Amino acid sequence: MTISCRIGEVDFDPAAEIAALEALGGGGVATFTGIVRGDDGLVTLRLDHYPAMTQAQVDRVAAKAMERWPLLGIRIVHRVGALKPGERIVFVGTASRHRTAALESCAYLIDWLKTNAPFWKKESFADGRSAWVEPRAEDDAKAAQWEE
Amino acid sequence: MAGLDILYFAWVRESIGKDGERIDHPGGAATVADLVTILAARGGGYGEALGKPDKLRAAIDQRFVPLNTKLEGAKELALFPPVTGG
Repeated sequence: MTISCRIGEVDFDPAAEIAALEALGGGGVATFTGIVRGDDGLVTLRLDHYPAMTQAQVDRVAAKAMERWPLLGIRIVHRVGALKPGERIVFVGTASRHRTAALESCAYLIDWLKTNAPFWKKESFADGRSAWVEPRAEDDAKAAQWEE
Repeated sequence: MAGLDILYFAWVRESIGKDGERIDHPGGAATVADLVTILAARGGGYGEALGKPDKLRAAIDQRFVPLNTKLEGAKELALFPPVTGG
């Protein structure tokens, strides 16, 4: 099982991430790519994060995912710093011998990242307003579903 | 007495005006909430950032903890709003 987690300001190439997962020899690869939405005149999305904790948390969730699904690999990329609408912000990819394990674990990991990884988003708008994003109850509910 | 490193993130960091500081360890019997109350009493940005503990989340040594957790053995405490990544 290979686990790759990168946090950084630079953009990433989803094709390269997928190729790395395909090379693991499983029968299935599932991925999720998150893109910054330009809702309500958003100009810039800025991300704050806690690097030491991110790595520790990702190691913990990878171990949890491995207990539930027979995975060959997990790749996570999360960008920080200033991002514009249309830019990629997050990538989660999983590889397994079977599609159900790949698809379910991919959904689990992105739901988990939303509520357990130490990132904070701040939005800046065209009219000069800026505000830290409030957590959404919907995200907590999605993450909680996996605990059943 | 040993020290305790405190880290601040997001609007907690902005209100306080710094990303962290080292303080004298308040002792293992004190909880995160006790320390938050002490820091909020400094007033100014501290009061603004830490005056409403129900809006805060915490991590001790890079692990999420409830605010009623004791600081026994803690080396690094992080205070921040609920996370909004992904």
